Amino acid sequence: MSVLQVSNLTKRFGKFTALDGVNLEVHEGEVFGFIGPNGAGKSTTIRVLLGILKATSGEATIFGKDAWSDAVEIHKRIAYVPGDVNLWPNLTGGEVIDLFVKLRGGNNISKREELIERFDLDPTKKCRTYSKGNRQKVALIAAFSSDADLYILDEPTSGLDPLMEQVFQQCVFEAKQAGKSVLLSSHILSEVEKLCDRVGIIRQGKMIETGSLKELRHLTRTNFLVETKETIADLDGLSGVHDIEERDGALSFQVDTEDLDAVIKHVSRFGIVKFESSPPTLEDLFMRHYEEKEQTETGAGGNS
Amino acid sequence: MADTVYKGTGRLSRLIIRRDRIRIPIWLIGISFFTLIVPGAFTELYSSQEQRDVMAQTMENPAMVAMVGPVDISNYTLGVMTAHQMVLLTAVVVGLMSILLVTRHTRGDEENGQTEMVRSLPVGRLSTLNATLLVNTLTNILLALIIGLGLFSLNIESMDLEGSLLYGATLGATGIVFAGVTAVFAQLSESARGTIGFSIAFLLIAYIVRGIGDVSNEALSWVSPLGWVVQTEIYGANNWWPILLMLGFSILLFMVANYLNSIRDLEAGLLPAKPGRKNASAFLQSPIGLAFRLQRTGIISWAVGMYVLGVSYGSILGDIDSFFEGNDMMKQMFVTEAGYSVTEQFVSMIMMVIAIIATIPPVMAMNKLYAEEKKGRLSHLLARAVSRTRLMVSFFVIAAINAFVMVSLASIGLWNAAVATMDDPFRFGSMYQMGIVYYPAMLVMIGVAVLLIGISRKLTSFIWLYVFYSFIVLYMGALFQFPEWVGKLTPFGHIPQLPMDELTWMPMVLLTGIAAILTVIGVIGYNRRDIEG
Repeated sequence: MSVLQVSNLTKRFGKFTALDGVNLEVHEGEVFGFIGPNGAGKSTTIRVLLGILKATSGEATIFGKDAWSDAVEIHKRIAYVPGDVNLWPNLTGGEVIDLFVKLRGGNNISKREELIERFDLDPTKKCRTYSKGNRQKVALIAAFSSDADLYILDEPTSGLDPLMEQVFQQCVFEAKQAGKSVLLSSHILSEVEKLCDRVGIIRQGKMIETGSLKELRHLTRTNFLVETKETIADLDGLSGVHDIEERDGALSFQVDTEDLDAVIKHVSRFGIVKFESSPPTLEDLFMRHYEEKEQTETGAGGNS
Repeated sequence: MADTVYKGTGRLSRLIIRRDRIRIPIWLIGISFFTLIVPGAFTELYSSQEQRDVMAQTMENPAMVAMVGPVDISNYTLGVMTAHQMVLLTAVVVGLMSILLVTRHTRGDEENGQTEMVRSLPVGRLSTLNATLLVNTLTNILLALIIGLGLFSLNIESMDLEGSLLYGATLGATGIVFAGVTAVFAQLSESARGTIGFSIAFLLIAYIVRGIGDVSNEALSWVSPLGWVVQTEIYGANNWWPILLMLGFSILLFMVANYLNSIRDLEAGLLPAKPGRKNASAFLQSPIGLAFRLQRTGIISWAVGMYVLGVSYGSILGDIDSFFEGNDMMKQMFVTEAGYSVTEQFVSMIMMVIAIIATIPPVMAMNKLYAEEKKGRLSHLLARAVSRTRLMVSFFVIAAINAFVMVSLASIGLWNAAVATMDDPFRFGSMYQMGIVYYPAMLVMIGVAVLLIGISRKLTSFIWLYVFYSFIVLYMGALFQFPEWVGKLTPFGHIPQLPMDELTWMPMVLLTGIAAILTVIGVIGYNRRDIEG
């Protein structure tokens, strides 16, 4: 069952099209990773989902309700953490957490205290004295101490130290264990890889890839580092082989998933001394989309 | 040594000038403009020495002495009159200029992290502070010259070159003193807000101490830098020594600020910040509680200010009749109806002015909603179970209560002072009624603010034009003889001016209805538009 559904969502600011027919779905109990470069439209999508921006066209629903017109009803069951937390300088962190929890409805004091401890925040300090990481903690504590069904997290770990990032990952993991759903927008691909069941990639206001990590990996290439007795002949002549580089007498290259069998058969004929393979990382996947974009751009430039 | 501490001061000074290339000229032009138009206006208002002597007598009562300083009524020439009535209040404005400019470049930049960036470059530890003080001192010297030469160039007989230069120097020196005061507080307080707060408190205390001193005990005035301002006796005795005193005091303050800056860490304040509350009070946990809490200090300051405004107008009520004697222009402005005493008509006019001024804080309270949006903090609220209607109505309620409190306090202040100075004072009920009748008009102004925020956020600040229009049209209306409809374009023009007009309920009910309609349309609009942050 899907908790959150976005279909054909378009948002224009004047002439600028920020979102161009975005489709997105988060199922119940899953952690969905929402990734893309800066300015791709992640935050705009999230702000439409929160009913802060009104969609130009298309549909965005959460719990089957319309994100714009039923915003308040929906918000009773969600928790949101923005990536750039701006707080009131003359209120203390503790006051802001209480305010946030109260405005959502419900109160979970024991969890609040526990989270303040886990995130190591001093709640008696005024927000103006907090660093970026500490302001982020305030928003995270407020979000995770509320008993929400869907967590919308927009680059929630920017500014957190690695230790706190781990605490955050535990919190997401616990939420998932409790059957909650999470929409996690992030640039930190290792984080997404660790936490997310499914991933969507957005670029220039369009979703360019969605699926489980396994499915996405299928679309991409595996990395190889191979050392052979004889020089491998004709490697660059094979289809599906990319980025061949010589490194300390060994060859490193990438192979498209569908050509794996043929390439390995070919390579094995040259007497393998060393053979390392690694699965494609999300970063590879991400970079591949980047490269494609750059190539098309430079290609166009070359023709003109 | 000098290299590690002061290196780059010159470059940083240029950076400050570049960043303030609009801000500083606006201050200078504003202060000079208002200083230079006054002598001309006084020439027309008080053309004969008899008229000025009447004015001088009015000025001799304790309330006026407390406000603008003591007066030598034997020699109340045009020049002395201008200096007496203007120099102290202008000095306060110049002090405010220095406070804001110095805070901006010292604690303000430090709080924003810009100082940290600058300090990572080969720049001395004390360079930011001294560049700020240097630019501010130059600004004040420029101000002194513009005003000194400007006043002299008006070519008014009683305003000679020495007095004019002294006038300018007095203002400039006050500005430099408050630059020093602010520089010291910037070391003590941990935030820009605290620095401004302490410095303005110092300014107000200096003003009050001088006021008490001038009225009762001259020695007390000596404690206050603003006491030195009135000791200059511009266009009279022309005392230059208070200027030297101010400059000496400034140098001392600059040295103290430098010392304190050198012994503290970047971004630390010497006054310890006390820990705040760990939990929000029950009151804070709602949008309306938040709306109030965010503006608490501002509301309290305005409330005190409105009361003081009422008291200061009230303190001259006892002398009104003699004040208007033989002054046709003032009469034309305030006295239009036969059958009522001059005092009654004056109070009626003053109430309108007070009501318009009392509209400023509630409109600010309403516009705070938009300010929060621009700072990107509304998404915290709207992403939780808070509807836009509830959010906007919360701010509206605070603004509406604010308006009620402001106009009430000003009326009460006016009445308190009137009782003290008048032989036959107003009854409380009738005076309070004269003020509170304006409440529906104030609600309309808040309603317009709601409408602007709700419909077209880019037009939010246009409400100030409307407030300004109301003020000009109604205050100056009688003088310029505007056609009647010009006054009717503002809600204040529809309020009966008690006691001359009859108290009719119709306009009040209609205005309240209009305010309600504007607010509803504003809320509907707010529910439809995108929120910025």
